[in-house]
Amino acid sequence: MTLHPIPLTMFRNPRLLLAVTMSFAVSGAMAQTAAKPTDPQIAHIAYTAGQLDIAAAELALKTSQNKGVREFAEEMVRDHTAVNKQALALVEKLRVKPDDNDTSKSLTEGAAKKREELSKLSGAAFDKAYAQNEVAYHQTVNGALATVLIPDAQNGELKSLLETGLKLFKEHQQHAEHLVGQLK
Amino acid sequence: MGVRSLMAASAALSLSFLAFIPLSLGAEPRVYVIEINKLVFGPAPAGLHVNDIVEWRNSDIFRHTATASDGGFDIDLPPGAKGQTVLKRPGVIDYTCRFHPGMKGRLEVAP
Repeated sequence: MTLHPIPLTMFRNPRLLLAVTMSFAVSGAMAQTAAKPTDPQIAHIAYTAGQLDIAAAELALKTSQNKGVREFAEEMVRDHTAVNKQALALVEKLRVKPDDNDTSKSLTEGAAKKREELSKLSGAAFDKAYAQNEVAYHQTVNGALATVLIPDAQNGELKSLLETGLKLFKEHQQHAEHLVGQLK
Repeated sequence: MGVRSLMAASAALSLSFLAFIPLSLGAEPRVYVIEINKLVFGPAPAGLHVNDIVEWRNSDIFRHTATASDGGFDIDLPPGAKGQTVLKRPGVIDYTCRFHPGMKGRLEVAP
Protein backbone atom coordinates (compact mmCIF):
# COMPACT_ATOMS: atom_id res chain seq x y z
CA MET A 1 0.00 0.00 0.00
CA THR A 2 1.31 3.46 -0.85
CA LEU A 3 1.32 6.33 1.56
CA HIS A 4 -0.48 9.50 0.62
CA PRO A 5 -0.69 12.75 2.49
CA ILE A 6 -4.11 13.28 4.07
CA PRO A 7 -6.30 14.50 1.22
CA LEU A 8 -8.27 17.64 1.91
CA THR A 9 -11.34 16.01 0.41
CA MET A 10 -11.64 13.77 3.44
CA PHE A 11 -12.85 16.73 5.43
CA ARG A 12 -15.84 16.91 3.12
CA ASN A 13 -16.61 13.31 3.94
CA PRO A 14 -18.59 13.46 7.18
CA ARG A 15 -17.89 9.83 7.96
CA LEU A 16 -14.17 10.31 7.82
CA LEU A 17 -14.36 13.64 9.59
CA LEU A 18 -16.16 11.90 12.43
CA ALA A 19 -13.47 9.29 12.51
CA VAL A 20 -10.90 12.07 12.71
CA THR A 21 -12.57 13.75 15.63
CA MET A 22 -13.00 10.45 17.43
CA SER A 23 -9.56 9.16 16.91
CA PHE A 24 -6.38 10.76 15.79
CA ALA A 25 -4.53 7.47 15.46
CA VAL A 26 -7.17 5.68 13.46
CA SER A 27 -8.24 8.62 11.34
CA GLY A 28 -4.79 9.50 10.07
CA ALA A 29 -4.32 6.02 8.76
CA MET A 30 -7.90 5.82 7.47
CA ALA A 31 -7.26 8.80 5.25
CA GLN A 32 -4.13 7.17 3.93
CA THR A 33 -5.98 3.94 3.32
CA ALA A 34 -8.43 5.86 1.11
CA ALA A 35 -12.13 6.16 1.78
CA LYS A 36 -13.07 2.50 1.66
CA PRO A 37 -11.03 -0.22 3.31
CA THR A 38 -11.49 -3.67 1.78
CA ASP A 39 -12.92 -6.62 3.71
CA PRO A 40 -9.47 -8.23 4.18
CA GLN A 41 -8.21 -4.91 5.58
CA ILE A 42 -11.27 -4.51 7.81
CA ALA A 43 -10.80 -8.03 9.14
CA HIS A 44 -7.17 -7.22 9.88
CA ILE A 45 -8.01 -3.98 11.68
CA ALA A 46 -10.70 -5.58 13.85
CA TYR A 47 -8.49 -8.54 14.75
CA THR A 48 -5.55 -6.25 15.53
CA ALA A 49 -7.71 -4.04 17.74
CA GLY A 50 -8.65 -7.10 19.81
CA GLN A 51 -5.11 -8.43 20.04
CA LEU A 52 -3.79 -5.05 21.19
CA ASP A 53 -6.32 -4.91 23.99
CA ILE A 54 -5.31 -8.43 25.03
CA ALA A 55 -1.67 -7.31 25.16
CA ALA A 56 -2.59 -4.33 27.35
CA ALA A 57 -4.59 -6.64 29.63
CA GLU A 58 -1.65 -9.02 29.94
CA LEU A 59 0.52 -6.13 31.09
CA ALA A 60 -2.16 -5.24 33.65
CA LEU A 61 -2.27 -8.83 34.91
CA LYS A 62 1.50 -8.78 35.29
CA THR A 63 1.56 -5.40 37.05
CA SER A 64 -1.63 -4.75 38.99
CA GLN A 65 -2.61 -6.04 42.42
CA ASN A 66 -5.99 -4.34 42.31
CA LYS A 67 -8.89 -6.81 42.27
CA GLY A 68 -11.15 -4.67 40.08
CA VAL A 69 -8.37 -3.99 37.58
CA ARG A 70 -7.38 -7.65 37.42
CA GLU A 71 -10.98 -8.78 36.92
CA PHE A 72 -11.41 -6.24 34.15
CA ALA A 73 -8.15 -7.33 32.47
CA GLU A 74 -9.17 -10.99 32.68
CA GLU A 75 -12.45 -10.07 31.03
CA MET A 76 -10.62 -8.26 28.21
CA VAL A 77 -8.45 -11.30 27.55
CA ARG A 78 -11.44 -13.65 27.68
CA ASP A 79 -13.85 -11.62 25.53
CA HIS A 80 -11.39 -10.50 22.87
CA THR A 81 -9.98 -14.01 22.59
CA ALA A 82 -13.51 -15.32 22.04
CA VAL A 83 -14.40 -12.78 19.37
CA ASN A 84 -11.04 -13.12 17.60
CA LYS A 85 -11.42 -16.88 17.53
CA GLN A 86 -14.67 -16.33 15.64
CA ALA A 87 -12.96 -13.83 13.36
CA LEU A 88 -10.28 -16.37 12.48
CA ALA A 89 -12.89 -19.04 11.80
CA LEU A 90 -14.78 -16.62 9.58
CA VAL A 91 -11.80 -15.52 7.46
CA GLU A 92 -10.88 -19.17 7.04
CA LYS A 93 -14.39 -20.01 5.93
CA LEU A 94 -14.52 -17.07 3.53
CA ARG A 95 -10.97 -17.85 2.34
CA VAL A 96 -9.97 -14.27 3.05
CA LYS A 97 -6.41 -13.44 3.98
CA PRO A 98 -6.42 -10.52 6.45
CA ASP A 99 -4.52 -7.69 4.83
CA ASP A 100 -2.17 -5.57 6.94
CA ASN A 101 -2.70 -1.86 6.34
CA ASP A 102 -1.93 1.60 7.65
CA THR A 103 -4.82 1.66 10.12
CA SER A 104 -3.65 -1.60 11.69
CA LYS A 105 -0.09 -0.29 11.76
CA SER A 106 -1.15 2.98 13.29
CA LEU A 107 -3.19 1.20 15.98
CA THR A 108 -0.26 -1.09 16.73
CA GLU A 109 2.22 1.77 16.98
CA GLY A 110 -0.11 3.80 19.22
CA ALA A 111 -0.65 0.81 21.50
CA ALA A 112 3.09 0.05 21.68
CA LYS A 113 3.79 3.60 22.75
CA LYS A 114 1.07 3.44 25.39
CA ARG A 115 2.32 0.09 26.64
CA GLU A 116 5.78 1.55 27.06
CA GLU A 117 4.39 4.44 29.10
CA LEU A 118 2.31 2.09 31.24
CA SER A 119 5.18 -0.32 31.84
CA LYS A 120 7.05 2.45 33.68
CA LEU A 121 4.22 2.78 36.20
CA SER A 122 3.18 0.63 39.13
CA GLY A 123 0.62 0.50 41.93
CA ALA A 124 -2.25 2.95 41.93
CA ALA A 125 -0.64 5.11 39.23
CA PHE A 126 -0.58 2.15 36.85
CA ASP A 127 -4.15 1.13 37.69
CA LYS A 128 -5.48 4.60 37.00
CA ALA A 129 -3.53 5.08 33.77
CA TYR A 130 -4.48 1.63 32.50
CA ALA A 131 -8.18 2.13 33.23
CA GLN A 132 -8.20 5.59 31.66
CA ASN A 133 -6.45 4.29 28.57
CA GLU A 134 -8.96 1.45 28.31
CA VAL A 135 -11.77 4.01 28.17
CA ALA A 136 -9.96 6.01 25.48
CA TYR A 137 -8.92 2.96 23.48
CA HIS A 138 -12.40 1.45 23.40
CA GLN A 139 -13.84 4.83 22.47
CA THR A 140 -11.42 5.05 19.55
CA VAL A 141 -12.17 1.58 18.26
CA ASN A 142 -15.93 2.08 18.74
CA GLY A 143 -15.71 5.20 16.59
CA ALA A 144 -13.83 3.41 13.84
CA LEU A 145 -16.20 0.41 13.93
CA ALA A 146 -19.35 2.50 13.85
CA THR A 147 -18.34 5.10 11.29
CA VAL A 148 -16.02 3.25 8.93
CA LEU A 149 -15.49 -0.47 9.41
CA ILE A 150 -19.11 -1.64 9.78
CA PRO A 151 -20.55 0.59 7.02
CA ASP A 152 -17.77 -0.37 4.62
CA ALA A 153 -17.78 -4.13 5.24
CA GLN A 154 -19.18 -5.89 2.19
CA ASN A 155 -19.61 -9.43 3.46
CA GLY A 156 -22.73 -9.91 5.61
CA GLU A 157 -21.11 -12.32 8.06
CA LEU A 158 -18.14 -10.02 8.55
CA LYS A 159 -20.51 -7.10 9.13
CA SER A 160 -22.48 -9.10 11.67
CA LEU A 161 -19.32 -10.11 13.55
CA LEU A 162 -18.17 -6.49 13.58
CA GLU A 163 -21.55 -5.48 15.00
CA THR A 164 -21.07 -7.99 17.83
CA GLY A 165 -17.58 -6.53 18.23
CA LEU A 166 -19.01 -3.02 18.53
CA LYS A 167 -21.53 -4.14 21.14
CA LEU A 168 -18.71 -5.80 23.06
CA PHE A 169 -16.41 -2.78 22.84
CA LYS A 170 -19.24 -0.54 24.07
CA GLU A 171 -19.80 -2.82 27.06
CA HIS A 172 -16.08 -2.76 27.78
CA GLN A 173 -15.98 1.02 27.51
CA GLN A 174 -18.81 1.27 30.04
CA HIS A 175 -17.08 -1.23 32.33
CA ALA A 176 -13.80 0.72 31.99
CA GLU A 177 -15.64 3.93 32.90
CA HIS A 178 -17.00 2.26 36.06
CA LEU A 179 -13.49 1.10 36.85
CA VAL A 180 -12.06 4.63 36.48
CA GLY A 181 -14.81 5.82 38.85
CA GLN A 182 -13.92 3.15 41.40
CA LEU A 183 -10.21 4.00 41.31
CA LYS A 184 -10.72 7.68 42.12
CA MET B 1 -66.45 -57.39 48.30
CA GLY B 2 -69.85 -56.24 47.13
CA VAL B 3 -70.57 -54.00 44.16
CA ARG B 4 -71.50 -51.15 46.46
CA SER B 5 -68.26 -51.18 48.36
CA LEU B 6 -66.31 -51.36 45.12
CA MET B 7 -68.18 -48.31 43.88
CA ALA B 8 -67.52 -46.52 47.10
CA ALA B 9 -63.86 -47.37 46.91
CA SER B 10 -63.54 -46.17 43.36
CA ALA B 11 -65.46 -43.01 44.15
CA ALA B 12 -63.16 -42.31 47.06
CA LEU B 13 -60.20 -42.99 44.82
CA SER B 14 -61.35 -40.65 42.07
CA LEU B 15 -62.32 -38.02 44.58
CA SER B 16 -58.95 -38.10 46.26
CA PHE B 17 -57.36 -38.02 42.86
CA LEU B 18 -59.42 -34.98 41.86
CA ALA B 19 -58.56 -33.30 45.11
CA PHE B 20 -54.92 -33.95 44.48
CA ILE B 21 -54.73 -32.37 41.02
CA PRO B 22 -55.44 -28.72 41.79
CA LEU B 23 -53.22 -28.88 44.84
CA SER B 24 -50.30 -30.28 42.91
CA LEU B 25 -50.76 -27.76 40.09
CA GLY B 26 -50.82 -24.91 42.55
CA ALA B 27 -47.66 -26.01 44.30
CA GLU B 28 -45.72 -27.08 41.22
CA PRO B 29 -43.15 -24.41 40.46
CA ARG B 30 -42.80 -23.48 36.82
CA VAL B 31 -39.49 -23.07 35.06
CA TYR B 32 -38.96 -20.04 32.84
CA VAL B 33 -35.97 -19.76 30.56
CA ILE B 34 -34.04 -16.55 29.94
CA GLU B 35 -31.56 -17.03 27.13
CA ILE B 36 -28.47 -14.85 26.80
CA ASN B 37 -27.03 -14.25 23.33
CA LYS B 38 -25.05 -11.53 21.59
CA LEU B 39 -24.60 -9.57 24.83
CA VAL B 40 -28.34 -9.35 25.53
CA PHE B 41 -30.62 -10.99 28.11
CA GLY B 42 -33.68 -12.47 26.40
CA PRO B 43 -37.05 -10.98 27.41
CA ALA B 44 -37.99 -11.41 31.06
CA PRO B 45 -40.97 -13.78 31.39
CA ALA B 46 -44.35 -12.43 32.49
CA GLY B 47 -46.52 -14.08 35.15
CA LEU B 48 -43.76 -15.06 37.57
CA HIS B 49 -44.78 -16.23 41.04
CA VAL B 50 -42.95 -17.08 44.24
CA ASN B 51 -41.33 -20.53 44.02
CA ASP B 52 -41.08 -20.38 40.23
CA ILE B 53 -37.65 -20.98 38.77
CA VAL B 54 -35.76 -18.85 36.28
CA GLU B 55 -33.29 -20.84 34.23
CA TRP B 56 -30.48 -18.79 32.72
CA ARG B 57 -28.95 -20.20 29.56
CA ASN B 58 -25.84 -18.66 28.08
CA SER B 59 -25.86 -19.26 24.31
CA ASP B 60 -23.26 -16.54 23.75
CA ILE B 61 -19.55 -16.90 22.97
CA PHE B 62 -18.76 -14.69 26.00
CA ARG B 63 -18.83 -15.49 29.69
CA HIS B 64 -21.63 -13.68 31.53
CA THR B 65 -23.26 -13.53 34.94
CA ALA B 66 -26.85 -13.12 36.07
CA THR B 67 -26.45 -10.88 39.09
CA ALA B 68 -29.27 -9.40 41.16
CA SER B 69 -28.75 -5.76 42.11
CA ASP B 70 -30.02 -6.55 45.63
CA GLY B 71 -27.46 -9.34 46.05
CA GLY B 72 -30.14 -12.07 45.95
CA PHE B 73 -28.31 -14.13 43.34
CA ASP B 74 -25.07 -14.07 41.38
CA ILE B 75 -24.77 -16.84 38.83
CA ASP B 76 -21.61 -17.38 36.83
CA LEU B 77 -22.41 -18.41 33.27
CA PRO B 78 -19.49 -19.46 31.07
CA PRO B 79 -20.39 -19.95 27.39
CA GLY B 80 -22.89 -22.80 27.04
CA ALA B 81 -23.66 -22.92 30.77
CA LYS B 82 -27.04 -23.03 32.51
CA GLY B 83 -28.00 -21.95 36.01
CA GLN B 84 -31.20 -21.62 38.03
CA THR B 85 -32.66 -19.09 40.40
CA VAL B 86 -35.58 -19.94 42.67
CA LEU B 87 -37.80 -16.91 43.23
CA LYS B 88 -38.28 -16.85 46.98
CA ARG B 89 -39.91 -13.48 47.54
CA PRO B 90 -42.45 -11.38 45.71
CA GLY B 91 -41.31 -8.06 44.34
CA VAL B 92 -39.16 -6.50 41.65
CA ILE B 93 -35.65 -7.78 41.04
CA ASP B 94 -33.29 -5.90 38.73
CA TYR B 95 -30.40 -7.89 37.35
CA THR B 96 -27.34 -7.28 35.25
CA CYS B 97 -24.17 -8.96 34.03
CA ARG B 98 -21.18 -8.07 36.20
CA PHE B 99 -18.87 -8.10 33.19
CA HIS B 100 -21.08 -6.20 30.74
CA PRO B 101 -22.91 -3.48 32.66
CA GLY B 102 -25.12 -2.54 29.69
CA MET B 103 -26.84 -5.93 29.93
CA LYS B 104 -29.90 -5.47 32.14
CA GLY B 105 -33.26 -6.95 32.94
CA ARG B 106 -36.05 -6.96 35.52
CA LEU B 107 -38.08 -9.77 37.08
CA GLU B 108 -41.51 -9.00 38.51
CA VAL B 109 -42.53 -11.68 40.97
CA ALA B 110 -46.11 -11.97 42.22
CA PRO B 111 -46.90 -13.73 45.55
